Amino acid sequence: MDVESEGSSALRLIKQGAEARIYAADFLGRPTIVKERFKKKFRHNVLDDKLRHKRTMQEVRSMHRCRKAGIATPTVFFIDSNDYKIYMEEVQNSITVRDYINSLKEDKESNLRKLAKIIGTILASMHNIQVIHGDLTTSNMLLKKTNDIEIADLVLIDFGLSSISSLAEDKGVDLYVLERAFLSTHPNTEDAFKVILDTYKTFKGSSEALKKLDEVRLRGRKRTMVG
Amino acid sequence: MVTAIGFEGSANKLGIGIIRDGKVLSNVRHTYITPPGQGFQPRDTAKHHRDHILSVLRKALDNADVTPDEIDCVCYTKGPGMGAPLVAVAIVARTVAQLWNKPIVAVNHCIAHIEMGRLVTGADNPTVLYVSGGNTQVIAYLMNRYRIFGETIDIAVGNCLDRFARVLKLSNDPSPGYNIEQMAKRGKKFIELPYTVKGMDVSFSGILSYIEDIAQKKLDGGECTPEDLCFSLQETLFAMLVEITERAMAHCGSNEVLIVGGVGCNERLQQMMREMVEERGATLCATDERYCIDNGAMIAQAGWEMFSSGQVTPFNETWCTQRYRTDEVLVTWRDG
Repeated sequence: MDVESEGSSALRLIKQGAEARIYAADFLGRPTIVKERFKKKFRHNVLDDKLRHKRTMQEVRSMHRCRKAGIATPTVFFIDSNDYKIYMEEVQNSITVRDYINSLKEDKESNLRKLAKIIGTILASMHNIQVIHGDLTTSNMLLKKTNDIEIADLVLIDFGLSSISSLAEDKGVDLYVLERAFLSTHPNTEDAFKVILDTYKTFKGSSEALKKLDEVRLRGRKRTMVG
Repeated sequence: MVTAIGFEGSANKLGIGIIRDGKVLSNVRHTYITPPGQGFQPRDTAKHHRDHILSVLRKALDNADVTPDEIDCVCYTKGPGMGAPLVAVAIVARTVAQLWNKPIVAVNHCIAHIEMGRLVTGADNPTVLYVSGGNTQVIAYLMNRYRIFGETIDIAVGNCLDRFARVLKLSNDPSPGYNIEQMAKRGKKFIELPYTVKGMDVSFSGILSYIEDIAQKKLDGGECTPEDLCFSLQETLFAMLVEITERAMAHCGSNEVLIVGGVGCNERLQQMMREMVEERGATLCATDERYCIDNGAMIAQAGWEMFSSGQVTPFNETWCTQRYRTDEVLVTWRDG
């Protein structure tokens, strides 16, 4: 289907992420983000096709599954499976959690705590429906507003590396990926990250994932051994 | 003018190099090469280092035309690496430091690769992909630390290649990875292998078990050639590495990439990385064996930076460690 002739405007490139180009567009009158997994020249054709197909499909599936469970993700309008494009709702006036944390000045501690509790709650409910995000970073979380933030204001995006799994191992690795990304992007926020885990801990079934997290941490290469 | 001598022996390469204010005066290396199908064992590697270190040292001083009193600091690899070879080399570094009465500086091997890469290429603040037989990390500098954004969660990429070379009984001369690279150039058929990227982390052990498992069957059944297997393995592993490097670049907003470590010599990896950066409008720093293959000059260069910023290692702390993370080192020689 040629979407552009069906009432959507031309695509305007906003940014080139690691694996996709992000365009702004208008889809049947709605402000839309188009995520295109374009061909990567450096990859072998067969591998490239397989990855783009798998990730596009998995992204849409996981977003849908999260929405059903009440976790905010952009609404998917349309999928172009020939060009691996996902047309989804534009979360308007949003900023990434990464930019939000970097912008915090006054009440940094209390705002961080509040944010950390929200992140912990959302991760717990996501893992509760067996969605493993696969690429949790503060760039992959959006905030709809910056004052008096609530759970519904945090939107998860970028589910390209996601999978469905009930294994504590996968959940532990998911938390580990976030921990590494969080602490390397935002130095000196160990306390806030602890709040994320403490909040996560209050949910049912979280203890096994946290136990795995401890194991995965020790697996890290060339860690200094204590004791 | 500060002149530093560096001692390296964390794996199968023994190297001693001398650096004076960014200029390499000498860089001598002796590599321990094992028969096909065999890796290098710590004990034998340490013996190799002990057997050759004095002649390598003599040659390093002669090539540089430097006498011991012209040297300002003695630098050695504290880790990470194999225990016995590290210790064998550190003993000599400690001995000459005392004989010559010079301060000693303990250097992190990974940081030495990065500092040498920055010196040779002039790159200011690159995203670094460090790929070797023992390490696979994506590193960027932030607030006085080289922070690890992504890394392997099990074995290193070079280890994966080396071990597969053993399965095919490829020669270890000059290096197993080089011989895989030459084989891969003749490969045609792409065999699908597992592809494991978790965020900015990668995992290789599953790919190795899988290819080890199918290799004999496929070769016996005439389904593919050893060349095809090398080709497919490289294509898969390197696609993963380029992908996590690109993720880190996008995440940090960086537009320079530096590849360091032995696997960085692989031309196919360089080509894939170049295609990725060109498409992003970024640049790839040139590759050079002075910072890719382990050597003494890179240890001297990192030690030179540390020494010039006032760091000296107290003698009773001049030990070695097999585990020494890149992000443990406080970087005192760069701006926050």
